[in-house]
Amino acid sequence: MMTDTSLSPLLASPRPNERVSRDLLRRGRWKPAEFVFWLIVAASFFFLPDRHLLLSEIAILGLFALSLDLIIGYAGVVSLGHGAFFGLGAYVAGLTSIHLTGEPLTGLVLAALAAGLLGLATGPLLLLRASDLTRLMVTLGVAMLVLEGANQAAWLTGGADGLTGVMIDPLLGRFEFDLFGTTGYAYCLIVTFAFFLIARRVVTSPYGLSLRAIRDNPLRARSMGIPVGRRILGLYAFSALIAGAAGALLTQTTMFVSLDVLAFHRSADVLLILVLGGVGYLYGGLLGAIGFKLLQDWFSAITPQYWMFWMGLVLLVVVLIGRENLNALPRTLLARFRKEGRT
Amino acid sequence: MPDLLTIENLRAGYGEAVVIPDLSLRIASGEALAVLGRNGVGKTTLLDSIIGVTRRFGGRLAVDGRDISALSPEGRAAAGIGWVPQQRDIFRSLTVEENLTATARPGPCTLRRVYEMFPRLEERRTNMGSQLSGGEQQMLAIGRALMLNPRILLLDEPTEGLAPIIVEQLLAQIRRIIREEGIATIIVEQHARKILKVTDRAIILDRGEVVHDAASASLLADPRPLEQHLGAIAKGAAA
Repeated sequence: MMTDTSLSPLLASPRPNERVSRDLLRRGRWKPAEFVFWLIVAASFFFLPDRHLLLSEIAILGLFALSLDLIIGYAGVVSLGHGAFFGLGAYVAGLTSIHLTGEPLTGLVLAALAAGLLGLATGPLLLLRASDLTRLMVTLGVAMLVLEGANQAAWLTGGADGLTGVMIDPLLGRFEFDLFGTTGYAYCLIVTFAFFLIARRVVTSPYGLSLRAIRDNPLRARSMGIPVGRRILGLYAFSALIAGAAGALLTQTTMFVSLDVLAFHRSADVLLILVLGGVGYLYGGLLGAIGFKLLQDWFSAITPQYWMFWMGLVLLVVVLIGRENLNALPRTLLARFRKEGRT
Repeated sequence: MPDLLTIENLRAGYGEAVVIPDLSLRIASGEALAVLGRNGVGKTTLLDSIIGVTRRFGGRLAVDGRDISALSPEGRAAAGIGWVPQQRDIFRSLTVEENLTATARPGPCTLRRVYEMFPRLEERRTNMGSQLSGGEQQMLAIGRALMLNPRILLLDEPTEGLAPIIVEQLLAQIRRIIREEGIATIIVEQHARKILKVTDRAIILDRGEVVHDAASASLLADPRPLEQHLGAIAKGAAA
């Protein structure tokens, strides 16, 4: 076999060569629009003090949707039961505050770990049959099992009455969780941003490259030596961990947790949010959460009885005209106007 | 030369259908084997079975004496089998360079070497896999398999659907891979005559069984077995 001695050690190494690493770094580099997005988000803390409670909800929902985007957008694994991890995280954070410590960061870490472990334990079920329908049913089934488990374990979870007595200590021992949600929003924002950074690092790394190869063609990825099962399992557990953290944030900022956190609508809503925002670019969940919550807030204010009708209508418009996400909606409409202008 | 790939009494197919009832084959290190036969005789199934994406009903496969029968496709890739499927199956959302590096393994076949073989790929390194022509996709599929630094390379109809000039260029590179890289190669191909010039040995399959096994040179010199088993295809190919 011929060998080229002129090749640098880097080229002969198992790692991609320097240029590839550079390309990966470039791909991971922040774009101006991203800076603008996060600056606006940070500014919202200072300029919208009256809306901190709503903004906290948006940040939590955004983090939850981001976790789902990881598995749908980057590994092609659809799920209708992501609420199980969100709910578990919410309960673990609540139970931690009651039985262990009210310190929020400890509760957040324990909740995320518990959800990650559940993801790791249930993830192999997704690998048994790789069809979308099977995965939808498996994830839905797991969520139903967790919901019923929480319902039956009323001695621990409070059952239908919910878990009462959740008390969260001041953040870092200094910042009290206030009624206006100011500390809560800052906390949610920082945690969401931190998880976003980690997720972004994951998807722009060589590991993320292999995930995209899996999403494109799992069978071919396997035959090219990518351990598809292990990669999907790892990402699924990571995604569950983030969902668990989102659940913990909800408990810690509202100081209450009930079976509602495990209800089917949680999983359905987050999927809807992702459809609104678009999958596979991490910001879809965040933008979808902003759009969903603001629309929900607006529709329920102007027409409290029919807000779901209007939400449904918006979803139809987005899916049919916006090529499946809000982000693409203006572009599509603009293209249509231009086309009509020419004819 | 010692056997690199050993297939013993392989019985394989898809679902409940048995396509290969009983096939045994040995390939030496660095040997190039052409797999010929009419459509539907099990040529692609043979390659699919070697990489492990078919259902194996019986038999044994070994690489360098190590049994790989129970290994998954990724395990077989790690054992040194590189596969260039018929459909090419480029990862469409990855760039050319990402396609090459996403699955790279250590060894002498590096990105630079692949670019030397296929300069067109370097020109289009930042293009997405979905933006390539058929010939470029085939080059990329071969380059991607080479980046695994395989000991055995499986090529399934590498020239299918390509313009004649591209076919010539591609065959020249395949010849180079076989001669210079010393990788054992199994090529399933319709262009019998062209591929016989590139390979050391050829087998003809019929209904999943090896009906003829001879040196490629002897088949080129005396194409009667080809005409007997391939009929009009062989005549056309020999023309």
